[in-house]
This record gives sequence, structure tokens and C-alpha cells, in this order.
Amino acid sequence: MNTSNNWITVCSDTDLVTNSGVCALLNEQQIALFKIKGVNGEQIFAVSNWDPIGKANVLYRGLVGSVENVKVIISPLYKQRYCLESGQCLDDETIKLLVYPVRIEQNQVQLQLVG
Amino acid sequence: MSDLINVHNGNNMRIVVVGNGMVGHHFVDQLIQENNADNNTQLDVVVLSAEPRLAYDRVHLSEYFSGKTADELALTTPEYYQAHNIKFALNAKVININKLAKTVTTAVGEVFEYDKLVLSTGSYPFVPPIPGNDQPHCLVYRTIEDLENISASSAVSKVGVVVGGGLLGLEAANALKEAGLQTHVVEFAPQLMAVQVDNGGGRVLRSKIEALGVQVHTQKATQSIEAGETCRYKMCFADGEVLETDMILFSAGIRPQDALAREFDIAIGERGGIVVNDQCLTSDADIYAIGECALWNNFIFGLVAPGYTMARAAASHIIGGDVTFQGADMSTKLKLMGVEVGSIGDAHARTAGALCYTYENQPLEVYKKIVIDGEQKKLLGAVLIGDTSDYDTLLQYALNDIELPEHPESLILPAGANAAPALGVDAFPDTATICSCHNVSKGDIIEAFVTGSCNLGDIKSCTKASTGCGGCTALLKTVVDSELTKRGVEVKKDICEHFAYSRQEMFHLVKVGGIKTFDDLIDKHGKGLGCEICKPVTASILASVWNDFVLKPDHVSLQDTNDTYLGNMQKDGTYSVVPRIAGGEITPEKLIVLGQVAKDYKLYTKITGGQRIDLFGARVDQLPAIWQTLIEAGFETGHAYAKSLRTVKSCVGSTWCRFGVQDSVGQAIELENRYKGLRAPHKIKFGVSGCTRECAEAQSKDIGIIATENGWNLYVCGNGGMKPRHGDLFATDLDTATLVKYIDRVLMFYVRTGDRLQRTSVWMENLEGGLAYLQQAVIEDSLGLGEELEAQMQNVVDTYQCEWKTAIENEQSRKRFRQFVNSDKSDLNIVFVEEREQIRPATESEKELFSQTKSSQSQSSESQSSEVKGTELAIELV
Repeated sequence: MNTSNNWITVCSDTDLVTNSGVCALLNEQQIALFKIKGVNGEQIFAVSNWDPIGKANVLYRGLVGSVENVKVIISPLYKQRYCLESGQCLDDETIKLLVYPVRIEQNQVQLQLVG
Repeated sequence: MSDLINVHNGNNMRIVVVGNGMVGHHFVDQLIQENNADNNTQLDVVVLSAEPRLAYDRVHLSEYFSGKTADELALTTPEYYQAHNIKFALNAKVININKLAKTVTTAVGEVFEYDKLVLSTGSYPFVPPIPGNDQPHCLVYRTIEDLENISASSAVSKVGVVVGGGLLGLEAANALKEAGLQTHVVEFAPQLMAVQVDNGGGRVLRSKIEALGVQVHTQKATQSIEAGETCRYKMCFADGEVLETDMILFSAGIRPQDALAREFDIAIGERGGIVVNDQCLTSDADIYAIGECALWNNFIFGLVAPGYTMARAAASHIIGGDVTFQGADMSTKLKLMGVEVGSIGDAHARTAGALCYTYENQPLEVYKKIVIDGEQKKLLGAVLIGDTSDYDTLLQYALNDIELPEHPESLILPAGANAAPALGVDAFPDTATICSCHNVSKGDIIEAFVTGSCNLGDIKSCTKASTGCGGCTALLKTVVDSELTKRGVEVKKDICEHFAYSRQEMFHLVKVGGIKTFDDLIDKHGKGLGCEICKPVTASILASVWNDFVLKPDHVSLQDTNDTYLGNMQKDGTYSVVPRIAGGEITPEKLIVLGQVAKDYKLYTKITGGQRIDLFGARVDQLPAIWQTLIEAGFETGHAYAKSLRTVKSCVGSTWCRFGVQDSVGQAIELENRYKGLRAPHKIKFGVSGCTRECAEAQSKDIGIIATENGWNLYVCGNGGMKPRHGDLFATDLDTATLVKYIDRVLMFYVRTGDRLQRTSVWMENLEGGLAYLQQAVIEDSLGLGEELEAQMQNVVDTYQCEWKTAIENEQSRKRFRQFVNSDKSDLNIVFVEEREQIRPATESEKELFSQTKSSQSQSSESQSSEVKGTELAIELV
């Protein structure tokens, strides 16, 4: 793995699917990656892949969307919505996903591990 | 030996209810509401039923033969009674009433104390005293047990006779016909339904019933039942004629079940029935009688609505209310073997000075008569045969003394021929009864709006209107709609925050605007990024209109996970694999392939309700290889993951079955192959039965097809599931080309105009005009859309592709089926344990146990196929 300043490359940006998700495995942590194309160009998000309500590693297979101006990922199991910026579940304030810093450097998707 | 069962509990009033028929149950329901109300009086209620089950719907008893089960007919459940502290005993026939001690005793010697006793013992079928009427295949029609006997007898009979041509007799004849018997009705009077229908109506009714294959014999007095020559029995009539039959069903009227009251000196009428007053009190001040056992004003009420009113009167008197029973309107509207019959008030024009208008249409076999008073101001009665569409309006005129229009005949003349405009619901007074079963007036419905109800569903659950016999459904909807409009309520149909349109409007935008992608649609007509509602809806509409590959890059992000991964996601994130098995027909070779795939990938295997095989527990990364094997063996996707055609279920049909009249399997395969892949607002299921025995349960499907001697009968808009509904008969004796044409039109009309996740049943019920409107649009092409709908369907058929075949052939699509974009490892959280020789997902606690065991093992071996190991390990754990 290629590391520089704790940024770890996980895949190429061509591995991402626009307005949908893929999943990366890093130190046994499953991380869901989303590329969203909006009016202001493209944005990348990384959150934990574990669905804390459905209890399965499936969030990367959910639909992305928006609630008012908040960009969300919607669980494919029971349809709870999670803010992609903060990880906050919009349908249960006690539940939050882990959010990972993510960037694209020279066409490579890079992450920083948290927790 | 006698035990006292209900020990006195403080100040609570003890009420014992004898009998748990429809009326008895309604009474109990009144008390439950009273107990739930916020007051101090609590009631201890004990229900004693002589039958082996709690109350069920006797009005719809004949539906037992068209497939309804005893459970589906049930009006209540033991759990419901228990939850409301209603004590009950089944098979508990009461044999003694001690009016002084205020106790009742059951046949097994249990004793119950009461403060108030309610007799709701109903009635029993009258069996005429004919010699030979006690033989084994001489039966009656009243309880579910009777139906079980009829069913058993039908299985060993070819010919059946119903004695009695009244309302119940014709219901019973329908049951025999449904059971496949050659059916006769024998009536003593000169006509059918002599109580409710006049001579002219009786003649038309008879002709219609005979056209359905039931032979009617009137003016026949049976003198004896003897051994038959060609059949089991021979009925000998007073006029010397005979009728051979294997089974006889007596339905010659009812008698009040008053034996208990009679034996313990409660006043009985001259010709039977427990005498009651307006409060439904008997001659004993603490004993009430309600329903068909009660005699009020020298009259027995054999309908459910008056019984319910009695139940409310008795309950009200017990708790100090002032509801009384004031007699009841015996008007009735029903469908007998598909023949519409309506009778209102003085159908026979017996009122002094009464005048009649009669309309008869012999080609269509429609008969309508109204009876008006001598002043020509009020409607006294009516008879409707073959068309009861005027019933609701006429009934309101009669019940509310609404002044007749200038030309009263306009009320029954066909539209166009100087017909008066239908009496709008706004003209009804607030006292007008809308639902007679639950005594809900127009005023009650308005009141419900005032107290916060805001749609049809709310009104139904809060007033109970239209939850009895269901005859007032259409009328109720009209009243509710009218009230909504008056309140300026605009029903919001936006599907979500991103689109201010209904699904139908979005369909239109896509089609007319030539829109081919979600991005284009939301750009032009929506806002934001979309959501789990509008994205799949758009995907479905795009598929219906353009039928592109659903995993095309433009569409892939729109689909719910099931459509994206072409499988049904299960609770642990694995998928199920369901290949198409058209019509349920499968070769041994293909069956072996399925077995081999299941074995190779260790998949849990189960037969589905739609006659196919479901393989569970496939990880997302295993799906392409599994499907590759299946497609190479000739399988294709089953679309179990999509809102689209699922299966066409069939019975084995005329090819093998002794009773089949058409090749139902061949037809099912043809239809499944035609409509596979059609995306719709919700899933669609078909059934094809090879004869009237209906083994494929086609009437519970969106599209049901039943073979006849002459072709196919088409049923539409049925469904199983949470709220089961039988399909409506749409057209009869169709040839295959016409059948396909009608199905094309019905389905494409649904695809275009249905709401999101709206099954065909709800869709049709919401079409203004319902079934009749759909028939006009499809059969008569009243909208001029027929050819367009067919062409659109043909386009979908012509552009069909197996999505799995396309997916595995396309490298980009195949890449989507990876758990990790940067690793070939599997998801460690997917763990199975063994149960009944197959896998199932491990529970959370089993997983914990597994991870403890795993961490205690040596950590040296880097787990490259940890999931498989996990499976084996976990199985050992069990």
C-alpha cells in the first residue's frame, strides 16, 4: 500500500461509479466510497460500510440521493438515510456512521483511517 | 359436578353472551368499545359458543367454495378477545338457565353467573318434514361444518338439488355449481325469491339463472326421497314427476333457535322466536335476545344489518344508553351467481293506492320496477334484476322520503333516454344511512371529518362504514370525495420532494418529452439529487417506455439494490437466485443443474409459491459465476428482484388431468414468455387453470385465466398478500388472440397510469368507474387507446433481453459484483450455521460465539477464504 502523510491509496478513480457506491477493504475495515455528480461538479465521500440497523456490510449497495440540501446514502435493507458529510442517521439521531477523510490525488482515491 | 367459572370481581357487571355468530360478536364488540371508553363501569364478559370456532362471516359463506378458508371468513380471533379480556368457551352449548340464581350451565356442567344474560343463538335451517329427509347426503347450509359436509358429499356426487329458491337457496345453488355439480333448484312457490322480488322480476331472474346452467323447477312439492335409479336418490313430487340426484341441500327458510328460552319459560311468539321489546329485553328483566332468535313486533329479521342494530340496542340498554331497535329496512342488494338482484321496501306494491313503473330490456335481460305512493311524491319500493346500478339512489329516495322528480320513471330508464341526473350525494340529508350494517349516516361521516379524519381509510376505521357487507363501498367513496372537495382539500400526489408529479404524470413527461435518462428528467422537471422513491420509479418508467438494459451506466445508479445486483437482498446482505421456470414446467436435466449449483455454492434451497426454485445465501461476488452456469444450462433471469412480471402459475391442464378442458401449461408458458421483463408500478403475477376447479388459484392473481369448454375466462386485478382480493371476471370464453389482446391492453394501461407501488387491485378500485370502466376502455376501446397500448406492449416484448446474460457478457457490469474494489476477500460478517441439513444465516449471538472461537485459534493462517472456513467452523459449533 502506498502511504504518504497517512493518506492511503485504495483504488483508481475509474473504479468508482458515478452517483453510486463501491466498497474498499482497509485493515479489515470495510469503507463505502461514493462519487456524486452535482451542479458543483463531483464530490467523493467515504463512510463505514456497516449498516448499524440492518447489521450487515451493505451500505455501498444503497441509493444515493438528497434530503433538502443534504446528500445522503439510503440503506438498501431498511431504507434509513445517512448524511454523507457527517454520517448522521436522519431517521434515528442516536445512530451515526464513521466518516473517513477521502481525496483524489493523481487519479488515485486516497483515504485516512480513523478510530 | 359443577364449577363456578366466573368469580364475581368487585363492582364489575357480569355479562354472559350465549352464541357467537355475527350478531353475538357485534354485541361483544360494542362492550369492548365501552370498556375502552374512559369511564368507571367495567364489564366482565363471557362468551359461550356451541360452535367449534369464534364468529365468522356467514353472509359470504359461499365464498368458502371459491377458495376462502375458515380463517379468512373469521370475524375475530382468540387473540383479539384475549387482548380485550373477553373470556370465551367454544363447543360450550348452554343447556340450563336458572333465572333465580342468575346462572347458566353448559353441556359439560360448567356454571356461569350473570348479572345480564344475552341470548344470541341465531337460527337453524328448516328441513321440511319429507319422508327420507334424514339420509346421509341430505344436508343443510348454515355453518362452516355444513360446508365441509357439502364439500365432502360433492366429491362423490355428480348431481345436486337445492330445496328452496329463496335468497339463501340461490346462494347454496351457487356453492354446488362452484363445486362442479349439475345443479337444480326446487321451489314450492311459482317463482324464485318470492319474498323480495315480484312476478316479472322473478321471471327474468329465473331466465338468467337457467342461462348459467342451473335448472329451476317451480311449483314443486316434494313428497318423498327414495332410492334413485341413475343417481343416489330420487325426489318424488306431488305432481307425479321425479328428479334424480346424488345430494339434496335444504334451504327452505330459517327458524329461530329459541329452544333454550322456550324450556326455561321466557316468552316465545306463537310461531316461534323470543319476544323482545325496543331494548331487546325479553320477558325477564335481566335477559336480552338479539339477532335471528329474537321476535320484534311479531317479526323475525333474517338479515345481518337489523341484527347489528339489535346488538347495539341491547348493549346500549345495559350500559344506560338510549339506543333502541325500531324495526329495520329489509332492502337488499346482492349478486347471485353473478346476477345482480336488488329489492327495496314494498317490492310487491302491496301499499294501498301504490302505482308502478316497469322497465324491461329483454335482449339484455334487465328488469327494473319502482313502486310509488298514490300521491306520486314518494318511492315505496323497487325491484332490480340484472342491473343494480340505481340501487343506492333509489334506496336513499325510499329511506329519506326524498320527493320524487317530475318524471319518476327517469330514475330507472337507461342514461340518454330522458334519464334524470343521478341524485348527487349532496342532496342526501345528514340522516341518510350510508352503511346499514354499522348504521353510519352521512352526518356521522361529516362528523368524522370534523374530528380529524382526512381520507377514506381514516373514515373507514373510525366509523366502520363499509366494513360489513361492503355493499356501500362506492357510495361511501362518493360521499368522502364530495366532502373532501367541499373542504378544498387538494389531494397531493407528488411522489417525493424531488418531483412535484404523480407517477402517471412522470410517465407522460418521459414519453412525450422523449426523455431517456434520470439526469435529463431531474434537470428538466425536478430538483436535488433524487431519492429511494423517485429513482426506482424513473428506472421503471424508462424501462417501460424505452426498455434499455437496466444496468446501462446511465441507469445503474437509479435502481434499488435488488435491481442493481439482479437478486433479492436478504437480511445478511447475501442474495437469492431465482431463475425463470416458465409455467412451473422444468426438465429433469435443468432440475439437476439447479441442484448442482446449489450444492457447489452451498445455497439454501426452497420451492417458492410461484412454482419455481429459490437459492439463498449467494454472496454478491458469487452471483456472476452462478448465473454463468445457469445461463449456459439454458436458464434466464426470473426477475424476482424487480417490480415486473414474476410468474405465471399453472395447473397441469388437459394434457394429463382427467378434468382439464384446455392446455393450461402451454398457455402459461406462452404468456410468461410474452410478458417476462415487463416493468410495472408493482410486481405482477398470473395464474392459468385448466378447468373450473381452479387448481392454479388464478383468481388470486393480477391476471387470472381459467379454461372453459369454449376458450378462456379472464379475471383481472386479484392479489394475495396482506390484503387478499379475488380477481373480477373481466371477459368470458375468449380465444387466445383476444385473450392476449386484452391482457396487453390491461397491463399497459396499468403500467402507464398506476401509482408507485400500487398493485392492480388498488389501481382498478381507484379508477373512476372501476371494473366497468376498465372493461369499456379495453374491450370496447372507449378511450381509443387500444392499438397504442398493444403497440407499446409489443415493443417491450420485442426488445426483451435476459438482464443476467447481458450483465455477465459486459465486463463493466460484471465488475459491479465485487464486495471490495481493492481485494478479493469475502465479507467476514457473512456466517452460516446448519439447520435441517441446509445453511441459514447465523444469529448475532451465534456470530459472537464464532468470533470467540476463532480468536482462540492460532492466528497464523492468513484467512484468504475465511468465509468458507467460517461456515464450516460455525456448522461445527451447532
